[in-house]
Amino acid sequence: MAQKVAVLGAGLTKFMRRAKETGKELSFEAARMALEEANMDISEIDCVVMATAPDMFDGVHMKGDWLSDGAGAKRKPYMRSYVGGGSGVFAIIHGWYLVASGLFDTCLVVAEEKMSSTMPHPQGAFNAIYDQFLERPLGVNLLWIFSLEMMRYMHVHKIPLETIALVSVKNKKNGLDHPCTQKGIAGNYTVKDVLNSEVIAYPVHRLMVSPVTDAAAAIVITSEHEAKRRTDKPIWIEGVGWCLDTSYWTNRDLYYPKYVEYAARMAYEMAGIKDPRKEIHVVEPYDPFAYKELHHLEGLLLADKGEAPKLLEKGFWDRDTKDGIPSCPSGGLLGVGNPIAAAGLMKVIEIYLQLKGEAGKRQVRREVKRGLAQAWGDLMQVGTVVILSK
Amino acid sequence: MNVYIIGIGLSAPKKISPEVSFREMIYEAAEKAYLDAGIEPKDVDTFVSVSEDYEEGTAIFDEYVPDQLGAVLKPVHTICADGITGLASVFAQIKTGHFKIGVIEAHSKLSNIKHHFHVHAMALDPVYVRPLEVNPYFVAGLEMGMFLDSRGYDELDTAQVVAKNKANALLFGRSPFGSFISPEEVLLSQPVSDPLRELDIAPNADGACVIVVATEEIAKERRGDLIKIAGIGFAEFTPNIERWEGDADYLRVAAQKAYSMAGIRNPLNDVDFAEIDDTFSYKELQHLEAIGLARFGESADLMREGFYDLSGQLPVNTTGGNIGNGNLSLMNGLRAVYDAVLQLRGDAGNVQLENPETALIASWKGLPSSSGGVLILRREG
Repeated sequence: MAQKVAVLGAGLTKFMRRAKETGKELSFEAARMALEEANMDISEIDCVVMATAPDMFDGVHMKGDWLSDGAGAKRKPYMRSYVGGGSGVFAIIHGWYLVASGLFDTCLVVAEEKMSSTMPHPQGAFNAIYDQFLERPLGVNLLWIFSLEMMRYMHVHKIPLETIALVSVKNKKNGLDHPCTQKGIAGNYTVKDVLNSEVIAYPVHRLMVSPVTDAAAAIVITSEHEAKRRTDKPIWIEGVGWCLDTSYWTNRDLYYPKYVEYAARMAYEMAGIKDPRKEIHVVEPYDPFAYKELHHLEGLLLADKGEAPKLLEKGFWDRDTKDGIPSCPSGGLLGVGNPIAAAGLMKVIEIYLQLKGEAGKRQVRREVKRGLAQAWGDLMQVGTVVILSK
Repeated sequence: MNVYIIGIGLSAPKKISPEVSFREMIYEAAEKAYLDAGIEPKDVDTFVSVSEDYEEGTAIFDEYVPDQLGAVLKPVHTICADGITGLASVFAQIKTGHFKIGVIEAHSKLSNIKHHFHVHAMALDPVYVRPLEVNPYFVAGLEMGMFLDSRGYDELDTAQVVAKNKANALLFGRSPFGSFISPEEVLLSQPVSDPLRELDIAPNADGACVIVVATEEIAKERRGDLIKIAGIGFAEFTPNIERWEGDADYLRVAAQKAYSMAGIRNPLNDVDFAEIDDTFSYKELQHLEAIGLARFGESADLMREGFYDLSGQLPVNTTGGNIGNGNLSLMNGLRAVYDAVLQLRGDAGNVQLENPETALIASWKGLPSSSGGVLILRREG
């Protein structure tokens, strides 16, 4: 049966637009930091896992192979898993099963993204994720379909745009305290500021969208006996879940992310969680767009359908809440930046730091024993969930 | 906990396939595999698809796999690697004890790509190598030259691989690339990048393959024959082609892991037959040496002596390898697993070996990567 798996160290590079470092160098930086924190040498790593989103960004075919030496994988077992935007959180799931299976004792999990190489803008590359015949000729990009999804979500639950803007206000404020935050992303904004920002694809406003970012993140995970040998306070991976819905996104009702619910249920079952609203103490749902955080909180069963916006208005998801569940205490993608795969792993690292009590100014006020990170991707199609505990 | 292969399905390799989409090919392979395993797609706990975006012409390709696999609203993800590394992912998931039945899928629709080497070229380092504007086959030619020189082999040695594999493919009778051709005739084919010739290169083909793996309990319920995954390994060497040493170190590392898992000390004695990546003719010899099925510099002599022939001591690429079945890109490894399972079940027709028990399958991700996987299958009972 599965051996227990622990997180021993984490590394995160500064988030920025137009990093001078190559993707390999970013991977190296994050990997080095994670190994340092775990007090390990690369020679003690049995296998390396890489997460990185579309090869189109870098214009490099077999991007996983290309990044491998930067991630320290030379002459090592190495795999790249890939579920679009969900890849960052999937990376720890990937590492988890390689270690939990007993095949390996130690695994270095690296997530890298260098989006700014795509000129003039990565949204152009995203046209290539659509169906070649039916959708691509329309010239669609992600902003367009997410404006459709946002509209549907707002319509079904009658959510005012002002409430969605509150997510940006919360996360961009939280992001001020994150040492890796991308320049110009975090800030003390008001709902008015958000609604006065440029409309990109109605109802999506500029301040409701995460930016283009370059960065890398890494964690070291080990089996139980390695963890116990190396640290007194390991953080455990208690549950993982992932789920992929049909390719035909036009045939689904977009108001609710069922695939996130299924992924969450898988993770809750594995972690033995019966009542997630009581047993999850801090959460990092994926927030590339403001409405997605609320959408995902409902998919994660942390709020009833349509209730997440109301709880937001009451401060239930705030970082300093006493009886709520702090959501995106890191600042999330809206407050720190969105280097796609690295952003997912950044969320996992935030939960890891919160559980260790080492999140500094971002440390949530309530006591935390268990936290959840989630990412999402593809054609509004995949959910990836991990639950960590002390 | 042991893991077994309980079902295999193939959409057979062909040169072009204008009559079907990649989805229809995957559907065909999946339907056959589920039927073979005696399961419904709803019984499957986890799915893995191997793909690379640039070969698909679609970014984030996992978007387009769930429907035809019957995997909607199920755990599905992509591994960007050869089929055996992908299989290692499903194997590991089942070993955690949280999954009972897993599926691995790979496919090739290379006929959609007008100039495949342009895609290969995008995998070369964009700063140091790509500006040189070398045709990636030039990289293979360089490595082949380095490999031949370091062993004292010549082009006739690699031509033997082509002759053997094309003959096996013709005997097996499934592939459009089989033929009886002498090594000397191979040398008459067009030079591509000296010493690499046209017939040294496995021709591109289309196809799809699905393999179902499961726990011991499920395997014993569903099947009379038990084909166990006795060992599996995968590894990366380096993407920097200027650091390649001509030794296929990725397979050496992968084989060590697979052998230790399978308890194999002397692979030459313990393995009954092997399916070895031969995307280029020299790769078969190079890979045989990397995984210890020949000592350094001895594979060509063994090849000449017929050691790796169908009637030899250690038959290699019994159904024709990639040269005989076509280059199916990331599916190459799974096509080889499919054929190895046919051999172990006694279903390999004209090329059936006598009662084989242990098979070794080694796959390479293809040009210009330096990663691959090794799998050991053992028939029980």
